Amino acid sequence: MQVRRRETGLLSCRTAASVALVALLSQVAAGFAQDSSLLPDNHTFSSGYRFVELSGEELFANVCQGCHMVDAAGATGAASYPSLVGNQNLEASSYPIYLIVNGRRAMPPFGDMMSDDQIAAVVNYLRTHFGNNYQDAVTASDVKGARRINAAGTQN
Amino acid sequence: MAGSAAMYHAMTSLGFASESTYQGPIRLEGDPKGTSVLILGAGLAGMTAAFELRKAGYAVQVLEFNSRAGGRNWTLRGGDRFTELGGFTQTCEFEQGLYINPGPWRIPYHHRALLDYCKRLNVALEPFIQLNHNAFMHASQAFDGAPQRIRAVQADFHGQVSELLAKATKQGKLDEAVSKEDQEILLQALRSWGALDRNYHYDANLISAEFRGYGNAPGGGLAAPPSPSDPVALSDILQSRLWRYLRNFASYNFQATMFQPVGGMDMIGKAFAKQLGDVIRYNAKVTQVQQDDRGVTVSFVDTTDPATSRQATADWCLCTIPLSILSQLSVDVSTATKSAIDAVPYAAAVKVGLQFKRRFWEEDDAIYGGISYTDLPIRQIAYPNTGFNRTGRGVLLGAYLFDGANAFEFTAMSPAERVAHAVDFGAAIHPQYREEFENGVAVAWHRVPFTLGCSGDWSEEARAQHYRNLCQIDGRIVLAGEHASALPAWQEGAILSALDAITRLHGRVVRT
Repeated sequence: MQVRRRETGLLSCRTAASVALVALLSQVAAGFAQDSSLLPDNHTFSSGYRFVELSGEELFANVCQGCHMVDAAGATGAASYPSLVGNQNLEASSYPIYLIVNGRRAMPPFGDMMSDDQIAAVVNYLRTHFGNNYQDAVTASDVKGARRINAAGTQN
Repeated sequence: MAGSAAMYHAMTSLGFASESTYQGPIRLEGDPKGTSVLILGAGLAGMTAAFELRKAGYAVQVLEFNSRAGGRNWTLRGGDRFTELGGFTQTCEFEQGLYINPGPWRIPYHHRALLDYCKRLNVALEPFIQLNHNAFMHASQAFDGAPQRIRAVQADFHGQVSELLAKATKQGKLDEAVSKEDQEILLQALRSWGALDRNYHYDANLISAEFRGYGNAPGGGLAAPPSPSDPVALSDILQSRLWRYLRNFASYNFQATMFQPVGGMDMIGKAFAKQLGDVIRYNAKVTQVQQDDRGVTVSFVDTTDPATSRQATADWCLCTIPLSILSQLSVDVSTATKSAIDAVPYAAAVKVGLQFKRRFWEEDDAIYGGISYTDLPIRQIAYPNTGFNRTGRGVLLGAYLFDGANAFEFTAMSPAERVAHAVDFGAAIHPQYREEFENGVAVAWHRVPFTLGCSGDWSEEARAQHYRNLCQIDGRIVLAGEHASALPAWQEGAILSALDAITRLHGRVVRT
């Protein structure tokens, strides 16, 4: 329910932006230096603290790729964001679920920002893309279970 | 960069965000007899420690990952190039003299340590305008999307709350809580503070106009007579949620007077670096920190010659490397310290600087400095607090996102997409964007190679469990930085943590 309600906020937010976009495109002839290809009109923005993206693909594109990059290959500076490409740590589905809920070191926790469904969706997406091929899909109840274990303090 | 409102509230309730503990320049008395300290990181924490330890007689060396000093104390100007993680390179195209501070950008008057170092290092300051009454509050779903002047929203909110309270007082509803004598004074106060008329009403008249602004402002000659303006109804303020921005001017961290260094925040880092000279070794990427009873050995590579592993040794190590990075290195510390290092995720934050052909916010809207707030994903538009009333180009901060979903969503974009969306959203508040925009730069802190995040984002639970362990001297290693302070994300926290760490370290050295 939470997500659905927020989605309403999202749509209206996009409407405002779309109006701006239309106005903006009409200015292109006037020499406005915006590249409209950088403004796909279906780009999702959340309207509160929590994410409104629902599909695994969109959650990856709008959240995970901030650090793990477009191709999921990670990046290295003074330290690294790990590559998720062909990553054997994804074999046990409980591991990515745990990391997304709780975070670890540089990885922020997303348990308060994503629903069980969203976390399941993005875990399933990761485990079937980027050279990963794990067909045992996880469900929202797997995520719920992981949250319960953490709350009980029996893990980590 | 300031913490989120929620974080600040939590901090205040825990008593953390109290007065700076700074007691004036540190005095490290006693002879360290040539004791050496290796400092990791030439941000404000590392450079404060290096500056003071060297003055106290220590042999000091600093290893810094970047090719410049300052760390998050950083300014982007025309010609600067910045490559973020993922390989996106931006070249800032701002006109000479224009800049943005991608990291910290404002200094509260009570950050006494930072202000003292600015004074001692001759860093000139100027006002940072947090509250500009003529800037905007904007709710995308209210007032047909039209931005409202802060001046008017604040006056109308205070005025109508005052009217309600006056009404309750006069109806005797406060008789149990307030004495008769105090009720009389309270009514006077509400009338004065809320701009009420003699009947304790807040209406469209010249009394409220003196607070919220006029229909026709007082003029000269035949144009002289002022006229009132129409207040926004209380219900509209409540429903629009514009009231939630009022705390941005009330809370301790954002009260007047705030400051910024003249010419860019990095003037502070540069002033420290000038003092330290070749004490700082640049392009040094630390890979391992080892210790034994006698001292520390730090392995690093020179990023201009990464094939060769190098080592630096010292009696002690003060490590200011952000925990997002340190947690991934091999570090010889106790389990308790290691657990603390691993316990702190880093906040997401994004800033976008935009250059325009002219300072339309001043010319058209009479907004000189300060910040407009919006519920759009850009959250804020901050106007330059310098160069007022000039003709020609200007740079403003077109987005500042801190924590929450939008900060991650902007991080996940390419820099060019961040700039494009900042212009798109900002045009809802300033339609002039469409004609006047020229170029922009965008920094998403999780993509910054030297921090992998904005600042230590402590949960209350993690702080309760790990904070003391993080700050304890572990053998011959002690940590410092904003993450080792009760002022997360503030430069003052970095400096105070360094001063606290070297005071304790010095105590050990002169005792032995």
